[in-house]
Amino acid sequence: MVVETTHPLDMYLRETGMHHIWCTGCGNGILLNSFVTALKELELDLDKIVIVSGIGCIGRIAGYINTDSFHTTHGRPIPFATGVKLSNPELKVVVISGDGDLFAIGGNHFIHAARRNVDIKVICVNNFNYGMTGGQQGPTTPLNISTTTTPYGNIEHPFNLVHLAAGSGAVYVARWTTLHVRRLTESIKKALQKDGFSFVEVISQCPEIFGKSTKMGLPVDFMNWFKRASEIQHFSDPAKAEITSDRIPLGEFVDIEKPTYEKLLRERIIQVQNKMQGGA
Amino acid sequence: MKAVTTTKKLWRKPLDADKAKQPQAEIYIIKDRCKGCGYCIAFCPKEVLEESEEINARGAHPPKVKDISKCAVCGYCMAICPDLAIFVKEKTDTKKEAEKDERKE
Amino acid sequence: MSEKNRALSGKHFYSGDLACAEGALAAGCRFFAGYPITPATEIAERMARRLPQLGATYIQMEDEIASIAAIIGASYAGLKAMTATSGPGFSLMQENIGLAVMTEAPCVIVDVMRGGPSTGQPTMAGQQDVMQAKWGSHGDYEIIALAPSSVQEAFDLTVEAFNYAETYRVPVMVMMDAIVGHMWEKVVIPPLEQISIKNRKKPTVPPSEYMPFKPDKDLVPPMAVFGEGYRFHATGLTHEEDGRPRTESIKVQQRLVQRLCDKIRKNSDKIVKMKPVMMEDAEVAVIAYGIESRAALSAVRKARNAGIKAGLLKLVTLWPFPEKQVAEIAKSVKTIIVPEMNYGQLVREVERAAKDTPVTFLPKLGEEPHKPEEIFEAMKGGI
Repeated sequence: MVVETTHPLDMYLRETGMHHIWCTGCGNGILLNSFVTALKELELDLDKIVIVSGIGCIGRIAGYINTDSFHTTHGRPIPFATGVKLSNPELKVVVISGDGDLFAIGGNHFIHAARRNVDIKVICVNNFNYGMTGGQQGPTTPLNISTTTTPYGNIEHPFNLVHLAAGSGAVYVARWTTLHVRRLTESIKKALQKDGFSFVEVISQCPEIFGKSTKMGLPVDFMNWFKRASEIQHFSDPAKAEITSDRIPLGEFVDIEKPTYEKLLRERIIQVQNKMQGGA
Repeated sequence: MKAVTTTKKLWRKPLDADKAKQPQAEIYIIKDRCKGCGYCIAFCPKEVLEESEEINARGAHPPKVKDISKCAVCGYCMAICPDLAIFVKEKTDTKKEAEKDERKE
Repeated sequence: MSEKNRALSGKHFYSGDLACAEGALAAGCRFFAGYPITPATEIAERMARRLPQLGATYIQMEDEIASIAAIIGASYAGLKAMTATSGPGFSLMQENIGLAVMTEAPCVIVDVMRGGPSTGQPTMAGQQDVMQAKWGSHGDYEIIALAPSSVQEAFDLTVEAFNYAETYRVPVMVMMDAIVGHMWEKVVIPPLEQISIKNRKKPTVPPSEYMPFKPDKDLVPPMAVFGEGYRFHATGLTHEEDGRPRTESIKVQQRLVQRLCDKIRKNSDKIVKMKPVMMEDAEVAVIAYGIESRAALSAVRKARNAGIKAGLLKLVTLWPFPEKQVAEIAKSVKTIIVPEMNYGQLVREVERAAKDTPVTFLPKLGEEPHKPEEIFEAMKGGI
């Protein structure tokens, strides 16, 4: 064992941002690790990447990665990212946000960006609750779970995000847990290189806050749940991909080709300009 | 913290066991980044790490290497650490590289 | 059609909405994100037709919140960006207007005002959003708001709005009542080289030294955009000059909020625009904006013919409010009349600045502005 003070991935992190504020064992930290590993393995030009995050613990990630980044208002990273991408299509625009930010307040923006097939990558870190504000229910909180705003147990059915993304028109949909970190990195790499709206759901632990709701107090307890319940099967039916305490369906669910918004916009512009020149 | 064992018990010796070369690992721990989640200790397939007695600046017990010879440089500890507090490298053969990597504790 | 043909120079017969869209294009607007809403829909439709001709982007977003978020993104990616809406959409945009202020994103928001509150009277004009332009979002902040009173001004002031946005790194509102938005008048668009265009200050230091929110002497920071290698972070949280969030520091909050406000307040002499008519010896001043200023001008002329020393102060910028100038005028006139198409908004600012000088407020709710006779009657009564 050797004592060290720098990590090989430190060059992908902002000196002024680190060390991150996340709790012991927080899945956000693993996603940060996985994401910058993907950047490293793909050897992407960091000057051409823009990270857009929303509000929540995961929202802080924009301040930690050494690229251009923006931390928007709650629920709005996707339309912001749309504005960025359409204004400079050479940039790779990645939205990293949480289940509440992307699917409660931001739900409308998600389905429309997926429908349009805007070439942005959306990574949803799903920890089943609103962690930053103390553990309220969210759109992915499982039934019957007690949170601070469902003290008698949640009576709302949670979203099946994979199904929602597939149904909205995303061209790449994958789900992994933070335990499956290397497969997660591979999916992130694939999403970064794919043309079109790509969605990666990261099932993540929130030991400090959601741990209270589920009595899984130790970080390792969550990982053991992921280990026990995960089922990997590529291209299974997104409609049957609901998460329960006994079954977390994982894998790639959708990987299709479809013209992107940018491509169609570009074609239309050329058409319009040619017609004008022809008519002039 | 109780470790969850993940090592398998093999029912026969692999055919190329004599030819297979055990990589020589170097495990680097950035002690003050560790928050004590225990993932590296719990999920190392070779049970190379264990919790140390010392307490770092965050009040956590960082990991320490139990037996470096078991490390297969799989890199899982490096990949799973939420705080980028541990990474592993394979020691290269040349003497020059060995001297460069030597650090005093 | 190329960039240099973006201004349709020449004489035209346009509506205010059309002139506003053409003003944006002449100013260099290359991104429009919007949502249909009466009476601003024509601006979106014009942009949908013209932007592709210029090789630029028009996108209809799913709602007004997405529209304003998208134009902030476009601004940060380096483009001049605009959206257009009316009262209900303007309300939806308020949170992200705060984001634009906090991240100092230059952008233009057109509010073609209609009768409110709520859904109100979509096809009927009003001037009911003027306070909202300044106070609509939460927190302490300053913006710039302009009020065109003719189709020509709809063109000119939209160009000016972009210039202000770029100069001060602030969202700028064009508050155009629906009458100006929908009326048709002659407008002259000058050749592009005769139109004064301002662009945002760019950093003069390399990326390693760049601090995205460190101001120059004019309190405005130079703006790097995405993809230029600066790798900066911008957030809606209270932040340091290097962009880092600082949610626990009193000093940082004080410095940041004060600078964002002082950026406009301390530069207000350069920003404020008004048009005084016959004010030199006026005893009765009418202070008006938008379509009301045209009725007021007619009333003032009537009054002069009747021997009353009347004058008009037409406000072109509504915000920052010309406090100093109104206070000066208040000292030299006997009475001030403020006709508005609402139930009492900008008149409050006039009263505040005018102090002891009597101010008569003339409200008007519903589609029609005041008739010149109504304002004239008030002037007669005021002496």
